[in-house]
Amino acid sequence: MNSPKQALAAGNHETWAPLLELATREVFQLMLGSELTPSAAEAIASPTVTSMVGLAGQLCGVLSVHCDDKAASLMTSKMLGVPLEKVGAEMSDALGEICNMVAGNFKNKISGLGDGCMLSPPTVVTGSDYSTYALADSPALEVRLLFEGMPMTVSLQIHS
Amino acid sequence: MPVRVLIVDDSSVMRKIVERSLRQAGLDLTQVLEAGNGAEALTVLQTNPVDLILCDINMPVMDGLEFIKQLPGAENAKGVPVIMITTEGSEAHVVQALSCGARGYIRKPFTPEQVKTQVIPVLAGKS
Repeated sequence: MNSPKQALAAGNHETWAPLLELATREVFQLMLGSELTPSAAEAIASPTVTSMVGLAGQLCGVLSVHCDDKAASLMTSKMLGVPLEKVGAEMSDALGEICNMVAGNFKNKISGLGDGCMLSPPTVVTGSDYSTYALADSPALEVRLLFEGMPMTVSLQIHS
Repeated sequence: MPVRVLIVDDSSVMRKIVERSLRQAGLDLTQVLEAGNGAEALTVLQTNPVDLILCDINMPVMDGLEFIKQLPGAENAKGVPVIMITTEGSEAHVVQALSCGARGYIRKPFTPEQVKTQVIPVLAGKS
């Protein structure tokens, strides 16, 4: 396999999309006990929760997880093993950790990247009317999945 | 065997998950102490002896590697095993953690079974 920089230079980092999907599936399987399923739908149009982790070093960019309130609450409930109605302020922490684990798991799957790529602390945005913009110079890798029937999108925007 | 544990992670959600995993691994936790970073953990240890420490690496103020470097000089820390739990799963990170004194290494995401596999031998003094 090419090094991450070679893959970026050759424009074949799109081959990382299956790894991004696998990394996401593993996090949900192991930490939430939930099997994600593929989604044929468009990326979630108006997310109300977005968690983001920055990547720096051999791979620079932003990995983000987008979903709505209902999905985020259920993710938190499953992650903590508490009833849905008990989920409160810890939702942002939980979504940040999910994004952090997806990013870490993803970079560990790319040969030669684990040591040379650092992760930022997660940031979580909630609301009903916002957009995010990353100064990326490559097309975003995007994985669309269903969590318990609800849409979620995992996106990796790369700045080479 | 009754176990007093200190869980060090800047995420309170992750601290709860680690505690739950330890209970699912069959540990009889008589005391669960928490800290949000290495510096807080050193303060907690001043007044609370523990049998086991589980510690994240990437944390603000004092990260997990700096914490285990400072641990030998800390109160109530002599011989207390530390197991790292982190998203930093590269071989270099594992080697670095072990060379700093960690006795085990668990990568996030993890299962309770993986926690058990790391923790039980360490507590039994086999690792």
